Amino acid sequence: MVVLWTDALIFILLSILVTFSLSVRKKAHLQRPIKKIVTSKTAMISLLVLVFFVAIGLLDSIHFKSSETQTDEIISLLDYWATPIREQSEKTYSAPFSAYSYSKETLTLANGSTQWGYPRLTFAASHLKNPEAELLFDVSKKALSGFCKGAGLVIFLSLLLRYFFNKKDLSLTHKQTIKSVWLVCFFLFAISYMLVELSSFYHVLGTDKVGEDVFFQAIKSIRTGLVIGSLTTMIMLPLAITFGIMAGFFRGWVDDIIQYIYTTLNSIPGVLLIAASILMVQVYMANHAEDFNSLIIRSDMRLLFLCLILGVTSWTGLCRILRAETLKLREMEYVQAAQALGVKPVVILSRHILPNVMHIVLISVVLDFSALVLAEAVLSYINIGVDPTTYSWGNMINSARLEMARDPIVWWSLLASFIFMFSLVLAANLFADSVRNAFDPRRTEETR
Amino acid sequence: MDQALLQVKNLSVAFKNEKVVDAINFEVYPSETFALVGESGSGKSITALSVLRLLPAAAHFSATDITLQNESLLTITESNFCKIRGRRIAFIFQDPTSSLNPVMTIGDQIAEVIQIHFNLSKTEVKNTVFELLRQVEIPVPERRINEYPHQLSGGQRQRVMIAIALAGKPDLLIADEPTTALDVTIQAQILSLLKSIQAQTGMALWLISHDLALVSNMADRIAVMQNGKIVETNTTPLFFKQAKHPYSLSLLAALPSMQSCIGKTVEFVEEQESCLLKVENFKVYYPIRKGFFKRIVDHVKAVDDVSFNLYSAKTLALVGESGCGKTTLGKGLLRLIPHTAGRVLLNNIDLTALTGSTVGKMCSEIQIVFQDPFAAMNPRMLVGEIIEEGIKSLHPEINIEQRQQRVRHLLQQVELPQTAVLRYPHEFSGGQRQRICIARALAVEPKLIVCDEPTSALDVSVQAQIIKLFKNLQQEHGISYLFITHDLAVVAEIADDVAVMYQGKIVELGKVEQVLMHPKHQYTQKLLDAVPVI
Repeated sequence: MVVLWTDALIFILLSILVTFSLSVRKKAHLQRPIKKIVTSKTAMISLLVLVFFVAIGLLDSIHFKSSETQTDEIISLLDYWATPIREQSEKTYSAPFSAYSYSKETLTLANGSTQWGYPRLTFAASHLKNPEAELLFDVSKKALSGFCKGAGLVIFLSLLLRYFFNKKDLSLTHKQTIKSVWLVCFFLFAISYMLVELSSFYHVLGTDKVGEDVFFQAIKSIRTGLVIGSLTTMIMLPLAITFGIMAGFFRGWVDDIIQYIYTTLNSIPGVLLIAASILMVQVYMANHAEDFNSLIIRSDMRLLFLCLILGVTSWTGLCRILRAETLKLREMEYVQAAQALGVKPVVILSRHILPNVMHIVLISVVLDFSALVLAEAVLSYINIGVDPTTYSWGNMINSARLEMARDPIVWWSLLASFIFMFSLVLAANLFADSVRNAFDPRRTEETR
Repeated sequence: MDQALLQVKNLSVAFKNEKVVDAINFEVYPSETFALVGESGSGKSITALSVLRLLPAAAHFSATDITLQNESLLTITESNFCKIRGRRIAFIFQDPTSSLNPVMTIGDQIAEVIQIHFNLSKTEVKNTVFELLRQVEIPVPERRINEYPHQLSGGQRQRVMIAIALAGKPDLLIADEPTTALDVTIQAQILSLLKSIQAQTGMALWLISHDLALVSNMADRIAVMQNGKIVETNTTPLFFKQAKHPYSLSLLAALPSMQSCIGKTVEFVEEQESCLLKVENFKVYYPIRKGFFKRIVDHVKAVDDVSFNLYSAKTLALVGESGCGKTTLGKGLLRLIPHTAGRVLLNNIDLTALTGSTVGKMCSEIQIVFQDPFAAMNPRMLVGEIIEEGIKSLHPEINIEQRQQRVRHLLQQVELPQTAVLRYPHEFSGGQRQRICIARALAVEPKLIVCDEPTSALDVSVQAQIIKLFKNLQQEHGISYLFITHDLAVVAEIADDVAVMYQGKIVELGKVEQVLMHPKHQYTQKLLDAVPVI
């Protein structure tokens, strides 16, 4: 078992989230917003998708030293299960579900003569004798059987759940919501099972320039995306919130100092700061080679530093908005009433100001989350993003960028990263929206 | 009577499934003043908006007929309707500050209407604008024409609004609470202006108001609206003589009257012993800073050398117009606004000299109830949490059970249901919210409550209830009130003593009957004259 820095942080973040949601469950007055989230179709479906993504990310965050190979390679649980896909790499590009390579080369035929043509792939569809005739039938057969197996598994599990939990536990939510959530769950599992099943025979989303499976890359990128989105936010949020509401509430010299800090930080080009700190980390790692003896440790360190520096450079925007909002809120009469009741400033900040700026925080966090995933792609382009060996959607887009000009076009890398990024960001957006609606007491009436 | 100018038959407006205007019929005759009276939420503004087709998109509208000079307004196309709005029917909104465009000069804003409806040359338009400004009695129109709304006072802004409305030479002027946002003296001026303009032009005036006293001086006919229905229509003299509907009667009964102060038992007060609060030479100055180094060049004297005494279990009303410094004084006493000089003695302890932990003790002695019950409570806190906040911060030794019991007791005192504890403020009406605010203030058992216009955001009937509650609490707990208000009728109802404030100074101080019935200072006289009396 090897614990990388980002692994540890991810699990700490997860445990905080879990304890928080457990403590929320007990509060009497929070029952209504929770019930609202639970009964909302959009919220539950997007939560399901999010949980699915997070589960994959978590599987990918449990690292251990592989015992099968001699090289002492550190792999994650996900890598371990996906060993065949991970190791079966082709020579170069191949299209999704193709039995042939995407580029022509000189082939030696059985009779000894040579021919200029598309070679068969080493691993994909190697069980077929005559791909042209059998491919379609074989793919549909395997897809159907994978789908059925996955579907069977879901049905079995849901029957099991139903057996253990009686109906009372589900009375919290509507029948309609359960139905649609179950339906989404059903398709999500069945399709993923189908894709996994197919992956052992084909490259479902093709291969990239060095012949690696794009589907595997996209799945591995989930962890990178989640880490960048969540860790950066975790660093940025405390800074933005404390500084923002303090500057707005106390005014005077506190406000002056905080404003100076963020104006200064804002006036330094962010890219420059990021490039400098990434270079610093690289120099540090080069000087302490014995501590960073593995490729994965090095790339993890770089990822962590990227999150850190992105967090430090990106809190100013939210801080500014929160300061302005707090300036408005502090003049509200309920704040003055609290002052008249002798409530301490810290309590006023946490009880009166913070809950009333939370909707802004939630919206900007979700927007930033997607912006950060995208920023990673941009930074990879100028080589100061994540390590080139780290799987990330940014790296995928970056490498696919040049191939857009190629004829015939290589589209699958871009499409794969787009689909995964899109579904993650969309789910996060929709879920955050429903959470905000549910916890805003003024909105409860409108949507009733 | 002649032919009706505006005739509305069976008008109904509904939002979703809730009917806000329910099958109402009324007429407005040429050159008369018709008043639609009702409490907030009774549907009077919606009625006016639906006649002008300005309803929000969510509203469902239906009517048998709406005619303007025998011409049906229902069948007119939207593009033709623009020629009626502003031209034949004009509208004045409640708040002149938000109805004027802050980045256009008032001259341009008036000229805009003229250019839309009349085909005039530039000089003619300009002359018309001057004429209108003179008509609404704005001093020095040559200068005002190039000024922006923020350079004008509230009363002048409302005059500009009236000028804009008059620019189209309308047959009907709808005035939706035209003076609610204004001071009493300004209100009197605006109303007399409206009257004189009506006499000059012969247009009909449709006045929408919640204030029966105001309406009694203005209107020829009155219609009372309740829950979307017109419950009674009558000519003004007949209405005030023999109103029939129980709701009209309850409205009339709820009106605070100036006469109620007469014959109040004037008890002998032992000056020294029962004196709860003694304010001496209290000053709040705001510095005016100018120049590069922000030197203090002058001060705005918001509260200028104010002294008064407040006796226990008595009510001192602080009366004055907006901007006279009465709210600043109230907040200054609680140290919500830093004061410049002076002493505040509560039970012979100087509050201004307190520091550190003793401030907390003072907090439990003086509390405040604010004007706007909508802004005075954190929308994200439960009512229970709001009420117990003071107990938590000032008496941390009280345990949860006792605290909750106390909250329940407080809710009972302000006549709210026990179930309110687990609900949010927005689920309550304005009057109920003000009760919650009072409960919050009472929670720390204060000796003095500063009431900053606690009833001016409320309807008349609700206002009467809240005043009654204040009186009951005073009798039960012996609390003193510093009652800040602009409404002299409310003063007559509740106060024992009155202090009249003008430009940061107290100009008259005395027993309520003496001040209201035999005012000495000419400003007090002016205030009293401006109050509309039935």
